[in-house]
Amino acid sequence: MTTISSASAAFTGEDPGNRLFGPVPDVTGDRGYADDHPARVGFFTDTSVCIGCKACEVACKEWNLLPMDDAEGTVDALGLTGASYDNTGMLGANSWRHVAFVEQSRAVDLPMPTVGLPGAAGGQRPLEDPPVVHPQVPASATTAEQSAPLQTSSGDREIRWLMSSDVCKHCTHAACLDVCPTGSLFRTEFGTVVVQEDICNGCGYCVPACPYGVIDQRQDDGRVFKCTLCYDRLTDGLQPACASACPTESIQFGDLDALQARADERLAALQAKGVEGARLYGRDETDGVGGAGAFFLLLDEPEVYGLPPDPVVTTRDLPAMWKSVGAGAAMVLGLVASAFVGRRR
Amino acid sequence: MTAGEAPEGSGVGVPGAGWRRADGPPAQDRERRRRGGGRRGGRGEIPMVDEAEFTSYYGRPVIKPPVWKTPDVPLYLFLGGAAGTSAVLGALAEGTRRPALARVAHLTAGGGALASVGFLIHDLGKPSRFLNMLRVLKTTSPLSVGSWILAPFSALTTATAGAHLLGWFPLLRRFTGVGAAVLGGPMTTYTAALLTNTAVPSWHEAHRELPFVFAGSAMAAGGGITMALTPLDEAGPARKVAAMGAAIELAAMHRVEHGHGLVSEPYRTGRAGKLLKAARGCTATGAGLALLAGRSRAAAVGSGALVTTGSVLTRFGIFDAGMASARDPKYTVEPQRARARERDTAGSGKAAVTGAGP
Repeated sequence: MTTISSASAAFTGEDPGNRLFGPVPDVTGDRGYADDHPARVGFFTDTSVCIGCKACEVACKEWNLLPMDDAEGTVDALGLTGASYDNTGMLGANSWRHVAFVEQSRAVDLPMPTVGLPGAAGGQRPLEDPPVVHPQVPASATTAEQSAPLQTSSGDREIRWLMSSDVCKHCTHAACLDVCPTGSLFRTEFGTVVVQEDICNGCGYCVPACPYGVIDQRQDDGRVFKCTLCYDRLTDGLQPACASACPTESIQFGDLDALQARADERLAALQAKGVEGARLYGRDETDGVGGAGAFFLLLDEPEVYGLPPDPVVTTRDLPAMWKSVGAGAAMVLGLVASAFVGRRR
Repeated sequence: MTAGEAPEGSGVGVPGAGWRRADGPPAQDRERRRRGGGRRGGRGEIPMVDEAEFTSYYGRPVIKPPVWKTPDVPLYLFLGGAAGTSAVLGALAEGTRRPALARVAHLTAGGGALASVGFLIHDLGKPSRFLNMLRVLKTTSPLSVGSWILAPFSALTTATAGAHLLGWFPLLRRFTGVGAAVLGGPMTTYTAALLTNTAVPSWHEAHRELPFVFAGSAMAAGGGITMALTPLDEAGPARKVAAMGAAIELAAMHRVEHGHGLVSEPYRTGRAGKLLKAARGCTATGAGLALLAGRSRAAAVGSGALVTTGSVLTRFGIFDAGMASARDPKYTVEPQRARARERDTAGSGKAAVTGAGP
């Protein structure tokens, strides 16, 4: 049975089937579903076409009946962060999609219209202002292809907005699921990770276990909540609410294999256009969580969007932990026994 | 500072193509101040991780700080440890005919275990569902394994303590006492795995040492309490256990506080740093006093109280340090960024460009 083999992996550290860490080709079948289980599904969130409309957030809240909250997760509170257009703040028990807004600027070496001696280097440049994107500024400066970076009036700085709709990653090795002591979190037939709210006793262990800070406890409820990848809609053949609502197809839902192929194509296309900084995040099955069910195309480092640059599932180190726990326990038994040896008193 | 040493304005060609957050000075100042504070708190120690690029999303934490409440969880850790050691002491005292020590140890174990369970249940978001802890047994969840240790342990220690109080079933008491003692060892250390098997940087990175800190702390607490409450002529083993435990606690905690570079920093700074400094003082003084505790009951009480206080403070300090490391994104981002950069330079250049392998 599955439980026995996972027991040996956690205690012995011998893990040929990658139960704790590493790539798993069929995570759903690996968790005991019959061979005719549905294909693993997921999200490909292409942030290069995200316009920050937050339709995904609204659709998610509406469909899943999530309570209103502020950027700190306080239920029924209305608050502005004051930092950006992002007043959702973070993923949490009441926000299962979160659109990050990052306003960035950089200095550009714009050729100024110069009046100089004929033949001098600067004199060859035209007197009229250059187009918004100067030939010397490669297309990588743009937010992919959606818009040209805006120049400020000073002319030597330009700005861009990064927008990204974050969501639960539905990891191949989901720490939240691994550490849940009640079995409330489980792997569905679609390969996603879902909380059974009638089982959760609010121990909160999954909250610090998640390397992405996704799952959280609802304050007035005590239980934990997170994205279910619209498990209820999937079982009825519908796609998740956020993907349905996304007007730019930044959020794409589908079979994970197909999404990965599409993402690779998209990345290649962007790189061919010279978009620097484009990268896939969570796509690699050899990464610290065995690859994510929900992965992203980002235009900057992950931490810019509030994502961890190199997350690793905590259970990778569990065999070492149990070894130390066992050694420590044996040490206590041995040393206390030794205290009774020798002269009486 | 994403631009590195590239001149301002060259923009293109440096990491991130020169882009940096443009949301004005307040947020950036906040970030800089916090990092500066960390350096000052380091008290002149050489930072193990360079002041490299550190970007965050408006200074927000990357991981969610634990929702565990204080004092519930630190006390749960402390009481479980004290009860575990006491159960072992009690069974051995009973076996070696030290009735007074056995009685004190068994009462400590029973009381500690019950209170520990109480704090654990009180910390749940849905306390009425505490029995769901025993719904499955998962070796990947230290809380699940721990529940299966704690439940029989608390039942056995409570039965043993009850038999002592009522004077009933002296023979049965020996069996329950031995059963509790066997579980007493794991009782002292499983809570360390509970903390380290998380994404909290300062807990996770110390996963090899924290079980030994908890074992030492538990021995100090169990030995200290029983030493203080037992007449001198029977308390010898308790004194030895307390002294050994204090020494292990101090040694292992030193490695946690200094052995892990940046993520050791929260153990030395802020409230956690103060708590752990006080813990060191109490534990060291108590251990020293334990040498005299064989001659004077007053010294035994003082020593026991000091090492026990040290154990309590250690648990609160470790808990606080983990919370601090979870709240500040630098402890999550910087080590991961350093690891990713190392891998990118080691691997092919392609990985660095595509960012494959986040």
